[in-house]
Formats: sequence, structure tokens, C-alpha cells
Amino acid sequence: MTVAHGAPLNLKLTGLCKSFGGAQALSDVNLEVRPGEILGLLGENGSGKSTLIKILAGFHAPDAGHLEIGGVPCELPLAPGQFRKLGMQFVHQDLGLVHSLSVLENLVIGELATQHALRRISWKAERCRAAEVLEKYNVDVRPTSRVDSLAPVEQALVAIVRAVEDMGRVRSAHLRGAGVLFLDEPTAFLPKEQVDRLFALIRQVVGTGASVVFVSHDLDEVRAITHRITVLRNGRNVGTVETKEASIDDLVNLIVGRALTDEVHRGPSQRGTASALSVRNLRGRRLRGATLNVRAGEVLGVTGLLGSGFEDVPYLLFGAEPGTAEALTVFDADLRLVELTPRQALDRGIALIPGDRQRDGSVGSLSATENLMLLVLDRYVHTGALRWRKLRDDAGSLMESFDIRPRCPELVYSSFSGGNQQKAVLAKWLQAKPRVLLLHEPTQGVDVGARLTILTLIREAAAEGTAVLCASSDYEQLAQLCDRVLVIANGEVAWELTGAQLTKEHITAQCLVNATVPAAAVPAWQQ
Amino acid sequence: MRRSALVTQSVQNLSRIGDRRTPRGSSWLGGVAARYGLLIAWAIVAVIFSVLPGTSATFPTVNNLATIFGSQAVVAILTLALVVPLAASDYDLSVAFVLTLSSMLVAVLNVNQHWPILAAMAVALAAGVFVGIINAAVILFFRIDSLIVTLGSGTFIGGIVLLISNTNTISGVSPSLVRWVIINRFLGIPLEFYYALAIGAAMWYAFVFLPIGTKLLFVGRGRSVARLSGINVERIRLGGFIVSGLISALAGIVYAGTTGGADPTSGSLLLLPAFAAAFLGATSIYPGRFNPIGALAAVYFLVTGITGFQLLGAQSYVQDLFYGGALVIAVALSQLARGRQALEAGKG
Repeated sequence: MTVAHGAPLNLKLTGLCKSFGGAQALSDVNLEVRPGEILGLLGENGSGKSTLIKILAGFHAPDAGHLEIGGVPCELPLAPGQFRKLGMQFVHQDLGLVHSLSVLENLVIGELATQHALRRISWKAERCRAAEVLEKYNVDVRPTSRVDSLAPVEQALVAIVRAVEDMGRVRSAHLRGAGVLFLDEPTAFLPKEQVDRLFALIRQVVGTGASVVFVSHDLDEVRAITHRITVLRNGRNVGTVETKEASIDDLVNLIVGRALTDEVHRGPSQRGTASALSVRNLRGRRLRGATLNVRAGEVLGVTGLLGSGFEDVPYLLFGAEPGTAEALTVFDADLRLVELTPRQALDRGIALIPGDRQRDGSVGSLSATENLMLLVLDRYVHTGALRWRKLRDDAGSLMESFDIRPRCPELVYSSFSGGNQQKAVLAKWLQAKPRVLLLHEPTQGVDVGARLTILTLIREAAAEGTAVLCASSDYEQLAQLCDRVLVIANGEVAWELTGAQLTKEHITAQCLVNATVPAAAVPAWQQ
Repeated sequence: MRRSALVTQSVQNLSRIGDRRTPRGSSWLGGVAARYGLLIAWAIVAVIFSVLPGTSATFPTVNNLATIFGSQAVVAILTLALVVPLAASDYDLSVAFVLTLSSMLVAVLNVNQHWPILAAMAVALAAGVFVGIINAAVILFFRIDSLIVTLGSGTFIGGIVLLISNTNTISGVSPSLVRWVIINRFLGIPLEFYYALAIGAAMWYAFVFLPIGTKLLFVGRGRSVARLSGINVERIRLGGFIVSGLISALAGIVYAGTTGGADPTSGSLLLLPAFAAAFLGATSIYPGRFNPIGALAAVYFLVTGITGFQLLGAQSYVQDLFYGGALVIAVALSQLARGRQALEAGKG
């Protein structure tokens, strides 16, 4: 280990507080990052990790707190972009690369941004330099390759190299050439077997005295790469542990907040007997063979960590994304998933409420009536013409029964609040009385009141015999809503939770535990 | 073949230019102004030229009105052809070339080859439909921006027209076509004006009172929403290009009837006026939506202004000033309105 004892910390945060409205996102949080250290930052969704990172990126202003970098105090809040001058860099999950440009262009963009716009660029020199840099970090890609021609892991490597180079270029007086690189779930979408290349690079980075803060939900990876782990829960520090001394169970307990009782893999719950939809070996973008079935009158939750493939399930079953399955049965009718289109799914009584309301659910510039009634327009043709008055009246009563406010069918959809927009999307689909309802993050970006209404509406639909499948990473919501929850890990169904196990803590724990590979050994360098 | 997910957003963004809808929150007067602003402006322009000393003798005459309404039928029909793909967020730059091709086919087949006029017209219409199918096939199969594809196909058709006409102007098409287009009048206005009106009315009915109109709107505004709502997006876009090809070919036939022949180049000059009118029309009647009635109003608003200035002694440059200016102003206006709408939406 390269931790130099006695040297000033690369980064020290103390007493960090931040609230949004009435909600306390961070209270009295401390974070210490030692030189040459890889620090894991863990916590479930909403634990405050992203708020902390956004404060350091100058995106949020904290209510209180103290920041020292390289032993020198820095005044908070930081201005946007100031982190660069302080020697910090952030690589987020989306990597921030321009896919249609070359590796070289992506590497130099940070440098170019600081230079005069009319200064001539010597591409030849830049190319040589980029090749050198890539070689220095053992990243085997050609500078002239387009980013989108690279494997995902190589794209991540390029993003990290760029961040490290930008960091080195700053040479902050504070840091004596070190720096802190924040990696925010860099591995969520990478194949497990290729993560080692990323880890090799990360170790090389800290070899120079810089530090890396590694944010991930994947406990195996965190245990493999980090020296110490800091865990946040509900906006507070709950502990910092030496990685060598922490078992998976220890970490899960810290993250979830109470000891795990032994899980029993129970059989499927007995509510409802008729299978509404069953699919065998469902495969898609990230899904690698999931078998599941939903019964009429049941709400089935499908969840997992980001990148596990759970969010593909509703889109695949609606024919909205390409995929395959060995068998797909919807109410005794055998369908071929490869050929399934949204139209056919609709005709079979399947409805999909997509997670991206703005892009997939509705058109903001059209009226509420148009958005609500799109599916049933054909029913309103009378003697060759649409009956707009009846359409508007019916849209109005729909808004009444789904509590969509204000009750103006002619108002443009974008002027409704997020919660009311989501209720409208629900109303649009539920009025068709679907037999199978597929949901993806049904309450994302929705206020508390609307959230309750939406969950109630979904339960009511189930009570009337609709089979509901809800893909979500909101574990609390799943616990409230579902009769059964399937945990997807590495593209397969890894666990099933029913009955008393349906608590937020159990679901979170199962997502974390199942994402780990049982045989994962602590690598030699750590022993 | 499975058509997966997401069609390029760029096309949709392009045609969101002109995207506006008056929210109920804004004043009633504002709503009326937005809806009928173009018609009001048209009336004002007409009144000004009727009382202006330089034009009061020549502008408000039956003859001049007949000229204004009659002479622009070709542009009006061409504008209507554009409105359909625009509503689906597709650009069709080939419309003016299809017009030229159609008029040239009528002239070549009827004059040079001595075909009966109806047969020549049928071939011209079929050619328009064919171009629409080819455009759509390339755009949808290879998923390319419609702007690029129709720019290419339009120029290609322009070349074909030069080829089949030997770069000659051909005159002397069947007098019966000329009679039915420009000689015969109703209420003093040549019949071609009523053809444009009839096409506009039919389109208005389809846009407003048939489900296909609303589906077209969703295809234009939210491809993904439309697809997930079970609408066959590809089929509707294909239909849009076919209708645009067919109506452009009709415009070509009317052009042949108006001029009594065809020339290989001048049709392409109508592309910009048609675009200007389509975009200006989208700021009115149904603000924010490409709509046939607004498009017709825009065509006649523009030509009224141009005619007035020409009566004042302005030369042909005034046309370019008007059409070019109108296109930019129309787009800027709708962009302004969008900003306002976003503000109002934000307040709620």
C-alpha cells in the first residue's frame, strides 16, 4: 500500500450539512481521503452520496461544512468548475465522451477548452502525445479510433485517462501534484470479466500519490479495489472500515442498517392462480435469460442494481426493445417475442407505462385531451368525424377519476406538474382496461401525494384482476406495492422475495448480495 | 424486420420550430391574436393598399383580386403538399422538383408523344407517388435525415427533367386542361383557386376530424410515444411522403394548365415560397401546428403584399424580400412563442 502516514490528507470534509426543502440530505458528514488511497463510498439510493459529490463539483451549496484539500482550507461553496483548479476530477457513469469523435479529440477537449480559440492545433503532436499517454497507462486503443467503436470498458478507460491527465495538468499548489478522482459507478454497465482492466488503471493512478473515490453498489468490486470504505446511510456517516476486515455481510449491514436474518427462498405466493403472462429465458440488451410469470391480480416487482438488466423486462415484454425468449404465454396464447410489436402487445391487452415520461409517455406540447385519448381515438369517430366535444368531456371525467389537477382537458400537457403528468399517463393506459400492466419506475420524479395516489391506482387495477409487473429500483416503493419481488443480478433472476421479506431493507440487501459472485476471492495484492 | 426503438430526434427538433399552443392561462385576446393574427395582418395589408394613393385605383379591383387568387394556386397546392410531411416532422425538399417533373411529363407526353391529356396526367400523378415511395423507402430503411435524402432526390429529379425535356421549354398542352385550370372561372376567379381550396379543405378535415390527423401529430411530436401507443410510425411517415408526392404532382398539372406548357427549371423557384407559407401558416389558426388552413392563409397574405408593392412600382425583387423575410420571421415568431409557453408552463 502506498498510503504515506503523516502526510496531509488529499481531501478532508468535516461537518457537511445540506437540506433540500425540509429534507435533510446530508447531516454532519465527514470524509477523509488519504494520499495514494482508493476509498470506497457506499450507500443505497438516496443515502446522500450524489449530494456529496455534487457539492464537491460545485453544483450544490452546502448549509455547513468545512473542506481541506492537501491540508489547505478551501472555502465552501465551491464555484462550478472550481474543482478542476483544486485537483479534483469526476467521471460519471455516462463517461461524458463524445461518441462520434475520436479518442484523440476526446482526450484533448479538456485542454483545448482552456486555450485561445484561434491558436493553431498541431494534430500530429497531439496524436503522438495521446499515444504516449495511452501507452503510459497501458490502455491499448488507437488515438484515431472513434469512441463508439470501442468496447464499453475501453470507453471507461479513455474517460478515466482523460480525467487523470486533466488532473495532472492543473498542478495545484494545494495538492503538490496529487489530486482526487471520483468514479461514480463506473462499472455499472461493464461486463464483470473486463472490470480488471479498469482496476489495473485505477491502481496505477493512485500509484502517483493521487487518490480515487470509488462509488459503486457492487460490493465485490468495492472489496476488490478499495483500501478503505466509507458508508453513508440517510445522509449520515455510519462507518468507515478497512476493506481487508470487512465481509460482504458487514457491508450490507452498514448500508441497510440492520442485521440480515437468514433468508428462506420460499415458493411463489398463492394469490391468484391463473398465470397471466409467463416468459421463459427472456433475453435482451442486458438480460441474459430470465424466467418469470405474473398471475392475474398480482403485483410482481422486478428489481436489481443499475445495469443488472431488470429495467429491460417491461420493454422486452411489450415488444418495444429487441429481444428473444424461448416461450412467451399471455393468457394461454403463445406469442413469439421476436416478432412482438407494441401494436400486437396492445391488442393482447398489454399496456406499458414507460419510465421516461417526457420522451416515451406523452407529448408535452399537445393538450391533455390529445395525450389522454390517443389510444381510444378510433372509438370516437361518428359519421366520419371525430367527436371532439365528447373526447374532451370524457378526458375531463378521466381527469376527475384519476385526480389530475387542474382539470382542464385543453391545457397543454407540459403545464401540468410531474405528479399530475404521471397520473395522466396512468389514466391514458388504464382506461383501456389492460389485462397485463407493465410499469417502469412509475413514481419517478413525482411528489409524495401523487406517489400515494399512483400506488393506490396500481393496487386497484390489480384488485380488479390486472396482472401488474413493476420494474423499479425504488426499494421502498416495491415493498409497499408488490406481492412478490424478483431480484435480477447479472441478467438473471437471482432471488425471489415474498411475504414478510418484502421490506425495503430485505430488498436492498438481496440486490447487493446477489450482485456479488459467490466465488469472488480477495485478490492477491490485498492479502 | 424489427424496427427497434428510437428514431432520430433531430428531425423532430427541427420541426418543433413553429411549435406553439396557447395555454389557457394567457389572455383571451392573446389567444385570438395568436390564432387569427395572420388573417388580421392580411386584412390590414389589403386595406392599406386599397386606400394608399398609389394603389387605390388598381388594387381593390375585381381583376386584381382574380389575379391574386388565381395566380397563386400552384404555390398554394405545393404548400399543402409540404404540410403533410412537415406535420410528421419530415422535410420534403423534393416537392418543387416533383412539380416540375409532373408538368414536364404532362407536356412531353401530351405535346411531343400525342398522348391523351388524361393519360399524361395519370402518368404524372403516378410519378409523384413513386417519388414519395422512394423517398420514404430510403429515409425509413436507412434511417437517414429526410432533409438530406429529399435534397438529393430533388436534385436527381431535376436532372431527369432536364434529360426528358432536352432542356427545352415545351408549350401547347391540351387546351382542355388549360380551360379547366385557368380559363373557366367561378365568381370571376379561375377554377385552379378552387382546386387548391378543395385540397386544403379535405386536408383540414383529415387533420382535425379523422383519428389519422391526431396520430400524424403524435408521430411528428413524439415518435417514441406514438410507437409505444401502438401507432405504426413507419407506415404513417410513408403515407406522408406519398401524399406529398401526389399533391406536388397535382400542383405540376395545375402549373402545366396555367402556363400552357412546362419549362425545366422555373418550378424549383417555388420551393422557398412554399416553405415560407407552410411555416408562416403554422403560426396561425392552430398555432404551433402545421395546418392546411393556416398555410393557405399565409400563401394569400404573402401574395397580397407582393402584388401591392408591385402595383406601387416595385420590381421582382420584392418577391424574394417577402418570401425570404417571411420564412425567417415566421420561425423567429414561433420560437419567441415557445419561450413564452415554456415560461408559463414553468410557473404552473
